[in-house]
Amino acid sequence: MVEEEGFRRYVAHVILWIGIAIVAFPVYLAFIASTQDNALIANGQMSLLPGGHFLEVYYQTIFIGTSGSTREPVGNMMLNSLVMALLIAVGKIAISIISAYAIVYFRFPFRMPIFWIIFITLMLPVEVRIYPTYKIVADLHMLDSYAGLSLPLIASATATLLFRQFFMTVPDELLEASRIDGAGPFRFFWDTLLPLSRTNMAALFVILFILGWNQYLWPLLITTRDDMQTIQVGIRKMITTTDALTEWPVVMATAVLAMLPPVFVVVVMQKLFVRGLVETEK
Amino acid sequence: MANVTLRNVRKTYPGGFEAIKGVDVDVGDGQFCVLVGPSGCGKSTLLRMVAGLETVTGGEIDIGGRVVNQVEPADRDIAMVFQNYALYPHMSVYNNMAYGLRNRGMAEAEIKTRVEEAARILELAPMLERKPRQLSGGQRQRVAMGRAIVRQPKVFLFDEPLSNLDAKLRIAMRVEIRKLQRRLNTTSIYVTHDQLEAMTLADILVVMNGGQVEQIGNPLAIYEKPATTFVASFIGAPPMNLMSTQPDEIKSQLGSNGRATEAGILGIRPEDFVITDQTPTGGVALPLAVEAIERVGAETFVYGSRQQDEERVAANPGELPPGDVIVRVPGTEAPAIGQKIRVAAVREKLHLFSGDGRTRIEV
Amino acid sequence: MQKQAIFQSKLLPYALVAPQLAIVLIFFYWPAAQAVIQSFLLQDAFGLSTSFVWFENYLDLFKEPAYFEAIVRTFFFSFAIAVSSLSFALLLAVMADRPLRGSTLYRTLLIWPYAVAPPVVGVLWIFMLHPSLGVLSRYLRAGGVDWNPLLDGNQAALLIILAAAWKQISYNFLFFLAGLQSIPKSVIEAAAIDGARPMRRFWTVIFPLLSPTIFFLLVVNIVYAFFDTFGIIDTMTRGGPGTSTVTLVYKVYTDGLLGGNLGSSAAQSVILMVIVIVLTGIQFRFVERKVTY
Repeated sequence: MVEEEGFRRYVAHVILWIGIAIVAFPVYLAFIASTQDNALIANGQMSLLPGGHFLEVYYQTIFIGTSGSTREPVGNMMLNSLVMALLIAVGKIAISIISAYAIVYFRFPFRMPIFWIIFITLMLPVEVRIYPTYKIVADLHMLDSYAGLSLPLIASATATLLFRQFFMTVPDELLEASRIDGAGPFRFFWDTLLPLSRTNMAALFVILFILGWNQYLWPLLITTRDDMQTIQVGIRKMITTTDALTEWPVVMATAVLAMLPPVFVVVVMQKLFVRGLVETEK
Repeated sequence: MANVTLRNVRKTYPGGFEAIKGVDVDVGDGQFCVLVGPSGCGKSTLLRMVAGLETVTGGEIDIGGRVVNQVEPADRDIAMVFQNYALYPHMSVYNNMAYGLRNRGMAEAEIKTRVEEAARILELAPMLERKPRQLSGGQRQRVAMGRAIVRQPKVFLFDEPLSNLDAKLRIAMRVEIRKLQRRLNTTSIYVTHDQLEAMTLADILVVMNGGQVEQIGNPLAIYEKPATTFVASFIGAPPMNLMSTQPDEIKSQLGSNGRATEAGILGIRPEDFVITDQTPTGGVALPLAVEAIERVGAETFVYGSRQQDEERVAANPGELPPGDVIVRVPGTEAPAIGQKIRVAAVREKLHLFSGDGRTRIEV
Repeated sequence: MQKQAIFQSKLLPYALVAPQLAIVLIFFYWPAAQAVIQSFLLQDAFGLSTSFVWFENYLDLFKEPAYFEAIVRTFFFSFAIAVSSLSFALLLAVMADRPLRGSTLYRTLLIWPYAVAPPVVGVLWIFMLHPSLGVLSRYLRAGGVDWNPLLDGNQAALLIILAAAWKQISYNFLFFLAGLQSIPKSVIEAAAIDGARPMRRFWTVIFPLLSPTIFFLLVVNIVYAFFDTFGIIDTMTRGGPGTSTVTLVYKVYTDGLLGGNLGSSAAQSVILMVIVIVLTGIQFRFVERKVTY
């Protein structure tokens, strides 16, 4: 690296801090708002320092919800989001790793057509097939259910590709050694391939969990019952932009709660997150 | 303990490529058999067929009196050491060795005894809890050996197990493998492309080329009486000098003994030449112009040119360009570059082959 | 590419791919096929009979001014979001790609917005720039700007673009940083020895070497702007005021919600599919280049 004089370094630090401020400011504001009184906020008199209603607002948000029409405790919404995110992440990993295993380690008729059938789903995100998919889920009586929330999103070409790519790098001799050691397809998968895939699975899990938690359009469409709402859908129903009746502290507390799990995952598991992000984009 | 017999073994790939064109080998109980040949000669394929990792498309493979063509690798009672060791990276050294035993449902106590015994023999005892990535190349190699010996199989199979080690370690491990095999007295088949490794390890040496066996036998017997020009140039380093018998200069020397009529190719090993002005009775003498000298201490290699416009012999792997001759002389008595010398070999050290190099002609 | 070492089994591989295949066929192909078929059909007003009408639904769609506007708007949004987010992220990445004290801290502080869901982004930004109670709106009005994105379509569009670009900064930053770090330091040192000043070094050496990353991110950002802005739009403006923030995806959603013309809605879905296919195609062509650059 070319050494730089003090002035340039100083500028770099300043620009980075401005960037961090821009990135953080909306979130800071949300947190501040979630600790203040609604009347002050509605008047446009909001302070830029934390208020004294933190416990009160968060208690109400988590256990009671807004006092308006949709009285659903946000705690329950978070539970729904959590179940959906976990089902999507675990489901995608599970069905992708076994299909990649079949495609890489077996030779069977229609192997490549099946691979392509899975691959092409990359080009069919939920947005381009919402209503027909909605109809199928409705016909299967899966509206307002965890199955309906997760199953239509669970197929994953990306994860299948990722595992396939990883399996291709596993030396053939490992399978041969396993065969000589008396391991069949199940044993080899369970004793060798799965432990070797651990890091890949963890990285993928981090990304898929975030994607699952942040799903919006699909849950919006197929949940009608309030007690099946995910937090992302719930927050939208709380705000009425033109209406002064929005309970902003509760909305902002919900926003903070909605951000908490995925942001926590990104910050704490940064290495896995970065790896997962880069790998899935390949 | 068992002997391994291959009877007319063939391997044809679906695309029609013939990797193994009918091989017969008989490895006696407790013998160490080495398959040697250039890359692509089919030696690894043959070993993998014995292991059961490749299907057999013709002939029979017999281990301990049982034809195993259709038997799963796990049920052949063999153990294999791979070129890249193929250790399970996520398992400790102990578990690497124990895995195959556990899969066979052996009691933990018995597994422990066996693994610890193997670790003692291979000096791996202090590292049983380590993961393969924490080991040096030589240690990994020993774990791979350990995984094979704990099984107490009928046959050990080695697929170029030393090629990933540096030169010094390779020699040390070579000796160790040989000692271990003598001690356990287990029938072994060992694949290598290194002729030195092959010579030093083998009870029986199988020289392969193009999916066929060129010669089978005791390593020294092969060195002394190579059956083809391929074997002649592959076994021994530097390789045997091969030259056409057609030039008058050679023909006349051979002709006087009445041998040159059917022979097309004459071979003389570099170490069998001496620099002399005399022509030994029945031997061959050649005039050379010295072009290069390589001194390696105990010996010196003299590269000379015969500078005759003679008919040239087609080059085989490891062979010199036609017309050039290597002579090995003791370290002290090297001629100077550009000097004209005469070298000669005695009658017993001449190798004669048919014109196509496929047949050895005995005098 | 195929493995040489494999297992032999007739049924097991089918059992292993069955779950994925079942989901893909039921929830991906079947609905997609439905959309394609539906887009060629016309249902009468009472839903009693349907007839095959070739491309009539598509033609009607393109005749509809609102749809045409939505196309133009979507592309404009994509472009604006991609360019603004990419340039800001590149600036930050270039600043962070040097041996500064606390550079891992900077990275952590800049990447977390990736995890914020689009609807939450919408909520954060509308709160910040709400015409009556937004904290920043006060300053805008004090500065003489007549700020009301709930009434002014252009301001609404600007708000969407800003919010969407904000969310994408962290993603772009991460990939730019990775791209910068993969440029061999010796190349930059060589340029310095060749007398190039820092700015010149950036434009003549670093930027060209970074171009594969930029191109890759451009495609990803466009895809993002097409689809993931739905949550932002839906919480901030709900397509309004009027239709001034309705994008293609938003239009599919609202038209479907109104339950109107099935064929037209299906045709919209099919057009989106075509767009995804083209974008994915571009992305994949690019993957090969990314590996070699």
